[in-house]
Amino acid sequence: MKPAAFDYAVPATVAEAVALLAQHEGAAKPISGGQSLMPVLNFRLAAPSLLVDLRKLPDLDRIVVAAEGTRLGARVRWRDIEKSAALAAAGGQPLLCAGIEHVAHYQIRNRGTVGGSIAHADPAAEMPGLAVALDARIRIVGVAGERVVAAADFFTGPLSTVLGHDELIVEVLLPAWPAARRWGFEEFARRRGDFALAGAAVWFDLDAGGRAANAHVGVIGLSDRPRRLAAVESVLNGKLPDAATIAAASAAASSAVDPLNDIHASADYRRALAATMVGRALTTAAAR
Amino acid sequence: MPTQFEVNGRAVEVEVEPRMSLADCLRHELHLTGTHVGCEHGVCGACTVLIDGEAVRACLTLAVQVEGRKVVTVEGLSSEAALSPLQASFRRHNALQCGFCTPGMITTAHALLSEEPDCDADRVREVLSGNICRCTGYIPIVEAVLDARAAYKNGGK
Repeated sequence: MKPAAFDYAVPATVAEAVALLAQHEGAAKPISGGQSLMPVLNFRLAAPSLLVDLRKLPDLDRIVVAAEGTRLGARVRWRDIEKSAALAAAGGQPLLCAGIEHVAHYQIRNRGTVGGSIAHADPAAEMPGLAVALDARIRIVGVAGERVVAAADFFTGPLSTVLGHDELIVEVLLPAWPAARRWGFEEFARRRGDFALAGAAVWFDLDAGGRAANAHVGVIGLSDRPRRLAAVESVLNGKLPDAATIAAASAAASSAVDPLNDIHASADYRRALAATMVGRALTTAAAR
Repeated sequence: MPTQFEVNGRAVEVEVEPRMSLADCLRHELHLTGTHVGCEHGVCGACTVLIDGEAVRACLTLAVQVEGRKVVTVEGLSSEAALSPLQASFRRHNALQCGFCTPGMITTAHALLSEEPDCDADRVREVLSGNICRCTGYIPIVEAVLDARAAYKNGGK
């Protein structure tokens, strides 16, 4: 339960940080809050030769809410989102705030970061799921320069992403949130703060006739990565979001997911939870 | 790696391997054994300490990461002379049995009450859900924390 030995560096700039990552050719790992990485190191699931601490990198702890969208720096912590007046206010990001309330326990929320959770890519984690459900884009810097990847293309499997070993997530970009948008977030965990057995982040707009449009149904804990359920979204789009539509969407969710059996829950149970979570989240969304 | 920080109001400098957790550093280098080490992967909360006033898991924080920060352990929350309001409340409510989880409960509750002295029972339960107690069943712990709120409302610690 003690990590293998490593060296430790505290670069002052993003350029220095990615240069260090590149020099070590995959043997170096960035660390910020360490709330995902430290357990991995303590269990010796990973044994990097160098940790590159991001704690002195400027500006990455900023939350910017503007008309063109929201920018979350990679070092923004769950606590910062919880305390952000701009995110909670009209014109903020209500679905993000509601989902982040479910992340981990009190002490972990004081250190865990947006960038760290996305890089770790746990299939049951809230932030990756919210990023996919909210059409987030992830800004990444490497030695060769910078690129922006859609969250939907970023996650490739459990704990797996397209992030190169010499690249660093610097920012998460969320589209602006129209005030009239309907949304809901539901999650089931055995103990609040634990990883979700299943969760759903949903939203849709209403057209002039009160029918759902642009529906997004994201789920966590129900696949090898966070994903949207196109089959459920197509049930919703163009329909009045009434009890019959929600029942049909809920049933579609159950067959659209591909959960695994594991020590925490069977695949069948998770399929049932998918229907319940999506149904509840849509019911909340429709009632707003 | 030489690392300087403040513990319970005292400036310290330790020479530690980068891989040493803050919890191990406090216990083995600084002999502050009130911080307990349970699970070592961020689940049990026994190692909770305060960094710049915020409750964190000392097993998931490296000692080298607290360079220049202010760390407070359970030892820093009371004097030898008298029990703190939280400690007195824990005693009054029989909020401990074996005592292993108690330092983490006290540091966590102190951070909570310092920031949210008006918190309700649901909030106390939510925050303490990150601290595992295998003896008490939590009910006396929640009662003790609720009972200690008055001292924090008056700015007392």
